[in-house]
Amino acid sequence: MAEILLRATDIVAGYVKDLPILKKVNIEVKKASLTLIIGPNGAGKSTFIKAIAGVVPVTSGQISLSGQNITGIRPDQMAQHSIAYVPQSDNIFRALTIRQNLELVLRKSKNGPARIAEMFTRFPPLAGKQAEKAGTLSGGQRQMLAVAMALAVDPLLILMDEPSAGLSPKAAQEVLQLARDLTSQGVTILLVEQNVKQAMRLADHCYILAEGRNQHDADASILLDDPIVGEIYLGGKRTNVS
Amino acid sequence: MMGLISYLVFFITIASILAIAVLGLNLQWGNTGLFNGGVVAFFGAGAYGTLLLGGDPQSDHIGGFDLFYPLALLGGAVAAGVLAWVVGRLTLHLRHDYFAIATFGVAVTFENVMRNAEGLSGGAKGLRGFTRPLEAFVNNGFTYNVLFLLVVTSLLVCTYLFLERLIRSPYGRLLRAIREDEIAACSLGKKPDRIRLTAFITGSCIVGLAGGLYATFYAFVSPQDVLPTLTFQLWAMLIVGGAGNNRGAIFGTFLIWGAWSASGWGLSRFAPVEVQLYTGTMQFILIGLVIVGMLLWRPQGLFPERLVVSQSGCKSK
Amino acid sequence: MIQSLADGILVGAILSLGAIGLTMVMHILRFANFSHAELLSIGAYSALVFDALFSGILPILANKIGPFSMTWALTLSMFCAMGVTGLSAMLIDRFVFKRIREKGDELSMVFASFGVAMIIRNVLGLIFGLKSQLYSNDIVFAVMISSDPMLLIKPDQVFVLLAALLIMLVLHFVLSRTTFGYALRAVAENPSLAEVSGIRLSRVIALVWIIGGCLAAAAGVFYGLNNHINPVIGRDLVLPIFAATIVGGIGSVYGAVLGGFIVGIAANMALLVLPSGYSPAVPFMIILALLLVRPHGLFGEPQT
Repeated sequence: MAEILLRATDIVAGYVKDLPILKKVNIEVKKASLTLIIGPNGAGKSTFIKAIAGVVPVTSGQISLSGQNITGIRPDQMAQHSIAYVPQSDNIFRALTIRQNLELVLRKSKNGPARIAEMFTRFPPLAGKQAEKAGTLSGGQRQMLAVAMALAVDPLLILMDEPSAGLSPKAAQEVLQLARDLTSQGVTILLVEQNVKQAMRLADHCYILAEGRNQHDADASILLDDPIVGEIYLGGKRTNVS
Repeated sequence: MMGLISYLVFFITIASILAIAVLGLNLQWGNTGLFNGGVVAFFGAGAYGTLLLGGDPQSDHIGGFDLFYPLALLGGAVAAGVLAWVVGRLTLHLRHDYFAIATFGVAVTFENVMRNAEGLSGGAKGLRGFTRPLEAFVNNGFTYNVLFLLVVTSLLVCTYLFLERLIRSPYGRLLRAIREDEIAACSLGKKPDRIRLTAFITGSCIVGLAGGLYATFYAFVSPQDVLPTLTFQLWAMLIVGGAGNNRGAIFGTFLIWGAWSASGWGLSRFAPVEVQLYTGTMQFILIGLVIVGMLLWRPQGLFPERLVVSQSGCKSK
Repeated sequence: MIQSLADGILVGAILSLGAIGLTMVMHILRFANFSHAELLSIGAYSALVFDALFSGILPILANKIGPFSMTWALTLSMFCAMGVTGLSAMLIDRFVFKRIREKGDELSMVFASFGVAMIIRNVLGLIFGLKSQLYSNDIVFAVMISSDPMLLIKPDQVFVLLAALLIMLVLHFVLSRTTFGYALRAVAENPSLAEVSGIRLSRVIALVWIIGGCLAAAAGVFYGLNNHINPVIGRDLVLPIFAATIVGGIGSVYGAVLGGFIVGIAANMALLVLPSGYSPAVPFMIILALLLVRPHGLFGEPQT
């Protein structure tokens, strides 16, 4: 049984006090796994990721990473806690060059130049354009840069919010495959996706959220053929599965 | 005793005139969310406009058309409205701070032009040669001032009633809708720029009316009356009273004008001579502190806006 | 004509220094700061105090540097004034603007900056008196560069121009070559992404105020060196500095530099055709002309 890296217990969170979007969410993420969160619009998937990243305040509950309490960290301290977060859209700085984007996230790192070189070896399309403004990249390459920026700080856990949104089917598949490949190198990934079928084929474990609560969870391979998934996505009102 | 009463008449007259201006400002800021950084330009346009139209014929500058007084006053208000139209057309569709900067610039420029264009405004020495309406028929100065006070207060009441009706009308609801959520208002097929422009012009006409009355009362206006500092005073009156609330705006005007007059009187009477030179300086520090303090601790003012809920939505219960 | 151009370039350098800080604040915090020009006054007056202090302690410092009316004491004072002004700017933000920002209303910030300007201007008047003062009472004569066309230039003007350009060059290297510069641009483009990328927003904002304050202080001292120091420097310069930022495009540091020179030169050239009494109105006419032709400035991008 693999070790649990991230554990979130009874999370209540939201932008406005007394109006929680997450009413009670529990998840566990195994080390070096690809864990997927799906659910209908407004289920609180993105909010949950943002609560872990410290972007949305957590009202109650606890989040721990390798047994260390990380509830309510400041978003700018994520890297110190070995977490990286790839937001859904606008996840690169268009006005900066590709190299500057990477230098920016690594500005406190001791071996910045080495890490940047490593990222360019890993992502050759970026290396060729390192002096160009990031705003000139194609959609797929932007996601690649965003992932590179997350990976550059050498995190244990990467939080990804719909990385395939707005991409062509081919580019979407590439980005999801990239996430899968990272886990085989020991990185843990928590992924929110709308591209359910595609993501589920690659994921290890899958959580379904609805209306700010856990609905169901199981191995992704099992859920892939489960009628429940379709039911929730068609808007069926299923209150409690367990 | 008579001195006190006559001072009281003077005080209420000026405060009521300023209250009309603050009501005009409230339409712009409180109800529409426009930051007019140059209120004084529209006040000045009304003042100069009224005196130029209604004054006696002059040899050294244009104007002195000797118009029937109500027409002159109306002309002053229209002058302020035209100025607002020009500024609004140029800046209302841009980021809100362009509007703040542009209106501020209008005020600086207005004062500058009035100070320099002697052929138009009499220059730094100001505009004289205005006979107050009906002054020839009332030979007692005090009686005249009381009558003038009655005219001013009734105009204040009229302005108040007009604005209360306006903000309760569908148009008023539209203004608040745009202030709160421009995109939503847009999606309902409303043109926010156009509606904001009309609110800005209407508010400026009201400010111009106040300027016209002010100039009439003194039968004189000079660049000293249209310094940018007047803008600060009017703003302080509105923020103290409570943006969005017309009654609050009137009350705030009387309160701040009272505090201003009292502090000026107190300093001139009790402070040593070398300190008296700095009376204005200290008063403006106080005004600045009032503005910043209110924004920090009581941004809704002493009398917050009462939300006007649309009645038609509730009846269906 | 040539004379107006030379004078305009000098005024332009001072306006540029003021506009750089203003454009950064307007871009990152998204409000028109009417109190920015008062930072020039704070700078000019604190240099006056330090100058008296240093000249008193070490009279040798009061000797002039070469042909300039600038002394070693004043040079040193300028750096101290930059520190004081930068710190004041940061503290004003901490105690006023930050707290209003947290309530989330941009227009209230504009409004508050009106009040702050009023307070600073009049407190300076109360402390230092309403009369104009000078750093040096010695008269420095202008040097005739050419007699036809007539061109007179004071040594101080050359010094101010060179010093201003040097400061801008330093800033250029900071912005384009250091990760702090990238962080600044990142916050301006996308504050929430900057935060999750490891940038502490509050620290960057504080630094922006400090930089803006430092540049404004230098501008204030340079202004005082060429004109005189009085409590209404801010009132007189607020509109030209706004004009420079709008001409350059809000958010563009290089635009602000260019905007400063354009406004400085245009204002001086305009006086060739307009009576000199109208000079306070010229910046506004420049703003209007620009808004008609190019509403987002020369280098600005449309913003909502």
